[in-house]
Amino acid sequence: MATTTVKPETLVGKKVRRREDPRLITGTATYLDDIKLPGMYHACVVRSPYGAARIKSVNIKPALELPGVAAIFTGDDVKDLPSVPCVAQLPGLRMPHHHMLAQDRVYFVGHPIAVVVARDRYLAADAADAVEVEYEELPAVADPEKALAPGSPAVHPQWPDNTAFTFHQEGGHIEEAFREADVIVKQRITSQRLIPMAMETRGVVADWHAAEKSLTLYSSSQAPHLLRSLLAGIFGIPENRLRVVAPEVGGGFGSKIDIYAEDMLMTFVTQRLNKPVKWVESRRENFLGTIHGRGHVDYYELAAKRDGTMLGLKLKIIQDLGAYLQLLTPAIPTLSVLMMPGLYKFKHISADVIGAFTNCFPTDAYRGAGRPEATHGIERMVDILAAELKMDPAELRLKNFPAPEEFPFPTATGLAYDSGNYALPLKTALAEVEYDKLREEQKQGRQTGKLLGIGMSAYGEICAFGPSPATPTGGWESATVKIEPSGKVTILTGASPHGQGEETTFAQIAADELGVNIDDIVVYHGDTQLVQYGIGTFGSRGTAIGGAALYYALQELKEKIKKFGATLLEANQVSLSGGACIDEKSGKSVSFAEIAAAAYRALKLPPNTQPGLVATHFWEPPNFTFPFGAHVVITEVDRETGEIAIRRYVAVDDCGKIINPLLVAGQVHGGVAQGLGQALWEQAVYDDNGQLLTGELTDYAVPRAHMMPWIEASHTVTPSPVNPLGVKGVGEAGTIGCSPAVVNSVVDALSHLGVRHLDMPLTPEKIWRIVQAGGQA
Amino acid sequence: MIPREFDYEAPTSLQETLQLIASGERKLLAGGMSLIPMMKLRLATPDSLVDLGRVPGLNHIVESSGTLQIGATATHHDIETFPLIRGRCPLLAEAASHIGDVQVRNRGTIGGSIAHADPAADYPAALLALEAQIRLVSASSDRIVPAVEFFLDAFTTALEPGEIVVEVLVPAEPGAEGYSYEKAPHPASGFAIVGVAARIQRSGGKISLARIGVTGLGARAFRAMEAERLLESGSSLDQAVATVGEGEDANSDLYASAEYRKHLARVRAKRALEVALRRAS
Repeated sequence: MATTTVKPETLVGKKVRRREDPRLITGTATYLDDIKLPGMYHACVVRSPYGAARIKSVNIKPALELPGVAAIFTGDDVKDLPSVPCVAQLPGLRMPHHHMLAQDRVYFVGHPIAVVVARDRYLAADAADAVEVEYEELPAVADPEKALAPGSPAVHPQWPDNTAFTFHQEGGHIEEAFREADVIVKQRITSQRLIPMAMETRGVVADWHAAEKSLTLYSSSQAPHLLRSLLAGIFGIPENRLRVVAPEVGGGFGSKIDIYAEDMLMTFVTQRLNKPVKWVESRRENFLGTIHGRGHVDYYELAAKRDGTMLGLKLKIIQDLGAYLQLLTPAIPTLSVLMMPGLYKFKHISADVIGAFTNCFPTDAYRGAGRPEATHGIERMVDILAAELKMDPAELRLKNFPAPEEFPFPTATGLAYDSGNYALPLKTALAEVEYDKLREEQKQGRQTGKLLGIGMSAYGEICAFGPSPATPTGGWESATVKIEPSGKVTILTGASPHGQGEETTFAQIAADELGVNIDDIVVYHGDTQLVQYGIGTFGSRGTAIGGAALYYALQELKEKIKKFGATLLEANQVSLSGGACIDEKSGKSVSFAEIAAAAYRALKLPPNTQPGLVATHFWEPPNFTFPFGAHVVITEVDRETGEIAIRRYVAVDDCGKIINPLLVAGQVHGGVAQGLGQALWEQAVYDDNGQLLTGELTDYAVPRAHMMPWIEASHTVTPSPVNPLGVKGVGEAGTIGCSPAVVNSVVDALSHLGVRHLDMPLTPEKIWRIVQAGGQA
Repeated sequence: MIPREFDYEAPTSLQETLQLIASGERKLLAGGMSLIPMMKLRLATPDSLVDLGRVPGLNHIVESSGTLQIGATATHHDIETFPLIRGRCPLLAEAASHIGDVQVRNRGTIGGSIAHADPAADYPAALLALEAQIRLVSASSDRIVPAVEFFLDAFTTALEPGEIVVEVLVPAEPGAEGYSYEKAPHPASGFAIVGVAARIQRSGGKISLARIGVTGLGARAFRAMEAERLLESGSSLDQAVATVGEGEDANSDLYASAEYRKHLARVRAKRALEVALRRAS
């Protein structure tokens, strides 16, 4: 029998290589599209080429006659089924019924009209081309501000004002703050619509077992249990007969939390045909039919004293919702409101959100989900205030941070920031770039026309969603630890990682707690039949909540191990370390493997103790966590072409305790890449007819490796008191800290020309025009 | 990739290839770096593809009496790295190094690229500046066309139905020449917003020869002949590059307007010429 080997050293905090990688880099991992079931059909979705149109007729006859076509379903077939679900709740929210196939109208380019099922993917695509749809094009609106203007085309005819909801929040006495202010600065700031662009597109395989009345659904999902619950409700399939499997998931960035029309469609199709059916999204469909992110037009007003003391902040958010509400669509801008004060001691805030329907695909949670928008806004406003006051932007920030002893720090938006030392990362990053020297270089360079920019952001974020009352579907996470009779350790986590590396970090945590070798530990996730109910991986919650659940399950097991150890050693009290139970008095010890064997052999049970070594813990967090940090970016602007070069990128992040520096670095690098994408290159552009003009990777500029600067990443460590691991979460930090630092840097480079603000993305032509015009936008 | 159904043929000789394409109805497949993505999107739906991959003798790179002969299926990677080209026609190697990414350069071919004639492709600028010639062969003809007469319009060349590009002929560089390819790539596609290829020869402290090829600006790549003339007659760089793109109908898209593109062409032309001047001994 194999035995558990003793582990030589602790692993938490060490650069342990990702245990997931061998299967990923050798191409042997099983992604959704690798799944092939006997007799499986393939589906292709017929989609609208118009942003808004009345469907006059759908003729499926010519397509049905093509070889290999099994069935074609249209809107009529699914008209009585429930809506694609949105679980976010806001008072007065207008919720359009989101049919999985369009009924009499289409509302966005890519709107599903029919699903063609055939023997293979090629035949399905050919038949989809042969479906004849007659449209009457209608006026569309794709811009959220235009949508809210009187006389705009109505996205949904029953709501001519295109307003899905309005939301108001305030804290303190905002008008008082503005009365007391010496200075008020105002700015319109946009966070453009982005496309999450996971490397693996979405896909579904649905397999109905008629005899058992059970369904197995494979979906490229970040939250398989949620998907199971929602599908069970929609189709009336008992949850214990519905298995959802998230196979290897090639990135999500929030876009795979949602349940989509296609998840439902494939469930419908497999039940109708009694055959397994697969649908895999093309990249083009991914552009058109997977959620987008951001889409904000924000109006800020900041009130301050002459000495730089920030008093009050007013914000109006116009959120581009798209045509429908996906899972969390309307909730995302409310996260922006929560984080609108950033890291600053505002006593007074007031926020209004207007959710605008547009003839576009819905927006929803994309890496950062509401916090990048809020951070971008406040960090731009602080720079604008600094310029107004002729104060150094670093000094202004440092003046308004709460001090470390003020934590937990209550915000005017009703949060309690858990722990922080906000000045430290900023000071560290500024020292790293030799800030004062750079300011001198900038001054000198301007004499000869050189455009050097020094930009910073001090960001905070709200992570580890979250205490259950603050979430629509529960905010805890679960873990089961099973020590097998041989002493091998199996972990089942309810978090469903999709690239974050929890198979490594969770094993590190368990290896240290149990004192066993990491090779004796396996972490499973993503299969609802294997793993106890869980919430999923999003909002930087995987380790902060899922890891904490694991920690507590391990504590329960350790107690039980000690009981067995004491029984075997015939001691009153034993300690657990180095993979063994030790009787301190006698010095005798019994190995972990012997204890595991004894626990299952059960010849001699400790008092009031069951055989076996299994523990499950569901952990409900008492608060969110609040990571923070500072990014400093040095840019050089080519005044002849408007092109921006990044000379240095310094990121100092504080995500609390670090389990694995390698994975944290990966998260920071990836996050910065996506933040840089927003700052410099990416934008989802719909024209006035609702056509997506950036609907291919030849038009939509996702950052590539060669476009990235060298990222100098380091950390300060302020443990979170919220969870026993002291971790805060780092999945979104890079994205949140990046875009304002970059934009602040470029605005800084042009500030002597009178430039105060630039909207993203900072394309060369935009910069060139401003330089040409001597600073006038 | 889920294209429409198509026939596929893989001839093993040039003769066989020419017979297959004689009717002009079959589409040639070389590296597939433009054709396959279009078929994937079903924007191109050819009924029949003729794959050049098994045709021998089409990917040679040789020098013969001062002329480099580059076979149509030589890949961008070959052209970027082959010592003969790096030594005897470094401008072409430099232009090739800017195409797409490593994967594209490993698959894509010079013949395929120029026959496709994307208005933002890199080769045309270099081939125009190099005064290259292109050899076109059909079942009944064999002719040589100067690059300047080959690129006619966006995705339109002098190729007649039934003809195939078999090789590109480039004069070998005498050794004292300066050159540069300056490109502003689109951040998504990597294609040139503008790309400028420049060659300079000097004699007695003066510019004795200037050649400037510009891609990405208009519907087809072109030579900035007025700028060339100005440089050869002793005008300043600024005077010369101010004429680049004059009278051209410049492209405009979401990323770069016509006005900006034209400005960028002049800035890039100046930078290309500055490098070329430095390199010219």
